[in-house]
Amino acid sequence: MKPKSDQAGVYVSGTTHGEKPGESFQGTTGGTEHEPIVRMVEITKRFGEFVANDRISLDLYRGEIHALLGENGAGKTTLMNVLFGYYQPDGGKIFMNGHEVVIKGPDMAHALGIGMVHQHFKLVDRFTVTENIILGAEPRAGFTIDRSRAREIVERLAGQYGLYVDPDRRIEEITIGAGQRVEILKMLYRGADVLILDEPTAVLTPQEVHELLNILRSLAAQGKAILLITHKLKEILAVADRVTIIRRGRLVGTLPVRETDAATLAEMMVGRRVIFNLDKAPFQPGRVMLTVRDVKEARSGADALKGVSFSIRAGEIYGIAGVDGNGQSALIEALTGLRRIASGEVLLEDKPIHNANPRTVFESGVGHIPEDRHRRGLILDFPLYENLVLNTYYQSPYTVRGLIQPLAMQKQAERLIQAFDVRASHLNVPARALSGGNQQKAIIARELSRRPKLLIAAQPTRGLDVGAIEAVHREILKFRDAGGAVLLISFELDEILALSDRIGVMYEGRLVGEVLPHQTSEEALGLMMAGQTARGVKEA
Amino acid sequence: MIDLIAQLINITLVFSSALIFAAMGGIFSERAGIIALSLEGYMIGGAFLAAVAAHVYEQLGWGASSAYLAFFTAMIAGMLLALIHALATVTYGADQVVSGVVINFLAAGLSVFLVKVIYQGAGQTPTLKTAVFSKWSIPYLSDLPLIGPGFFRMYPTTYLALFTVALTAWILWRTPFGLRLRSLGEHPAAAASLGISVRRYRYIGVITSGALAALGGATITLTTTGNFSHATIAGQGFIALAAMIFGQWNPHWVLLAALFFGMATGLKNIIQLYPWARDIPTEWIYMLPYVLTLIVLSSAISRARPPKALGEAYDLSRRT
Ligand SMILES: Nc1ncnc2c1ncn2[C@@H]1O[C@H](COP(=O)(O)OP(=O)(O)OP(=O)(O)O)[C@@H](O)[C@H]1O
Ligand SMILES: [Mg+2]
Repeated sequence: MKPKSDQAGVYVSGTTHGEKPGESFQGTTGGTEHEPIVRMVEITKRFGEFVANDRISLDLYRGEIHALLGENGAGKTTLMNVLFGYYQPDGGKIFMNGHEVVIKGPDMAHALGIGMVHQHFKLVDRFTVTENIILGAEPRAGFTIDRSRAREIVERLAGQYGLYVDPDRRIEEITIGAGQRVEILKMLYRGADVLILDEPTAVLTPQEVHELLNILRSLAAQGKAILLITHKLKEILAVADRVTIIRRGRLVGTLPVRETDAATLAEMMVGRRVIFNLDKAPFQPGRVMLTVRDVKEARSGADALKGVSFSIRAGEIYGIAGVDGNGQSALIEALTGLRRIASGEVLLEDKPIHNANPRTVFESGVGHIPEDRHRRGLILDFPLYENLVLNTYYQSPYTVRGLIQPLAMQKQAERLIQAFDVRASHLNVPARALSGGNQQKAIIARELSRRPKLLIAAQPTRGLDVGAIEAVHREILKFRDAGGAVLLISFELDEILALSDRIGVMYEGRLVGEVLPHQTSEEALGLMMAGQTARGVKEA
Repeated sequence: MIDLIAQLINITLVFSSALIFAAMGGIFSERAGIIALSLEGYMIGGAFLAAVAAHVYEQLGWGASSAYLAFFTAMIAGMLLALIHALATVTYGADQVVSGVVINFLAAGLSVFLVKVIYQGAGQTPTLKTAVFSKWSIPYLSDLPLIGPGFFRMYPTTYLALFTVALTAWILWRTPFGLRLRSLGEHPAAAASLGISVRRYRYIGVITSGALAALGGATITLTTTGNFSHATIAGQGFIALAAMIFGQWNPHWVLLAALFFGMATGLKNIIQLYPWARDIPTEWIYMLPYVLTLIVLSSAISRARPPKALGEAYDLSRRT
């Protein structure tokens, strides 16, 4: 369903022509009264024929947390890249504190006080935290880097904004949440007043998200202007002052968060009503499809499997809840032939599939939506259509008498793109050029198109917009209702609770409890995920 | 016996000097993310230009200073070849291995061709008489037993090579330039997002590698062979590359690796002096350094941890 343009106009609350932002927002204005620190006016950015940003306007005040909301591929990252100087706009103007500026590159953005945390971290793994922060603007003593001063500055900034990091650790040794804090410190070190964060919460655990939102609040309270891109409406409602919504490259509107709610935001963003409550068909389990019996690994550590047993029936979604790093990755790898197990067995129907090679595993009927789509899901530099047949390319009709048939591949790709609403400018674009959400949809399309018996879905909606999440959830449910077995691994408790027919909680390489979704709550699950047994919860 | 050890130390240092220069050059290039397969080509270029320039300066009657001038003139050849490599790989994003191989062929072919053109069809440049380096004896220190003849009667190029190692380490780990250069080999997109010009720093890294490797080539001409022919470098650029990998792109370890390979070459020369070695075919003795390189590398390369983004063209439109 296509939105009519006049319908979109309803929401515009006049931000393009210099009126004040929504009344309920009181920005602490530095300098001129009510002068936005950043004003983007009618920004247009094209990639070839494709218009990624079509006359988008946005303004930002000091002390404000301004959320940017839009579907996957709507053009949010592109717009922010224009503000950060990565791309030159094809039309439109940018003003800072009332003066027009042309931002030629990231160094100029820094000079103007604009900093950005990118959707994919830009940290040098083998450098220390301090080195990453000072890189490109190193404090000097003569010809050399003044390391002790660098360290002092980092510690002072970390203290001032409550961003705890160990300045001497290498990035490869710290957690993702800490990496996020380093990214924020990088901006603050450069004296940024405008902080752009592109989906900073997508890779964080719930606890880390909570901390980050608090940090953002305190930064805004200290006068920073924050542009926050996120797909999670809850987060917007929790911290943002105003929200700007874009759809397919166009501005839908800007409105104060206090005057809105999740349903309205979702509708503005997708252009149709989004159903948050899935109507799930009743649970009709069939025969056992997957049996995992006492699977153990040879190594030890919190993330190693130490005896995992469960089974999934046809028509059932088995959810695995747990904090990152408790063996979920090892479990997925053990089930897909990517990791050897030392003892125990994995049976698909009656056929053992443990320690088999990945091709044997998926040929016997396992579909896999991997947790890291860049590493395991796609070959980023291959065209989209090749990615869509990545695990069947050697079968007919894609290969006939030993020769690849690109036309057959493209035809299949065309079908999948239609059926799963993957948005790409062309079948031939490298997978890299797709927005994160569309990359994910491409993988799901590929895996479900093979009609597997068992679908292993790891973080299937990470980085997806609400509309896309709804679509993915629907696909997973459709698969279940058609008699498929689903193993769902997710850090999102909402997702686990909404989809699963049974839930196993994983802690330190073991399943510490099994519950039914309607007999538990997020709190109870949270306690189990922290290592307390199911009985412990009941007693509490 | 003491004499023999002193002699081995001395000859090791002599033969290592060229490798050290070239391997340090390789570090500058690969730490910036550009594969230094063309070290061989830079060395050939440097050896060639050193021979020609030294000969010219000799003819001009500049005497002993000719060697010094020729030594530094040689850098130009390496820098020009490196400029081609940088243009192809940094500006046009060409495959770095292909470009490196091309540079090696170009340098090998062009230098031999130019020798023929300049010296009326000769296969090698005229042997230098005065315009070569002679060994320095450091006063007092060179009189010490063992250490004296081992370490303190050296060509000036050896001292300069050792100084280059210290300088390289200092630049890479102490200066802002070094930090930025290293960041390009690890994560160019991160560097770019902080306003560091990937292009500028990669050009500097690659051209520095050309200059240093050319000094390595010139070292061979002006200390060991005294002229230039197609066989002057004969794979030493690849040995330098091996030393760089074996030394994990770390100047001090690379120094040790270069000394090891230098010793292999030195052994080859010493063995030949002994009567019992007459029975061994010379080919076998000459193979020694290369065979050692192969053995060492095949065991070391699996453990090597090269710069993460080595060999990747950086392109702003790539999103991850
Ligand atoms: N360098 C590029 N070349 C070609 N097309 C591009 C390029 N960058 C982005 N696009 C296209 O522009 C559109 C907007 O992309 P953008 O990354 O801004 O989306 P987004 O709103 O950030 O989405 P997501 O929520 O999935 O991150 C997408 O359709 C994408 O395919
Ligand atoms: Mg984005």
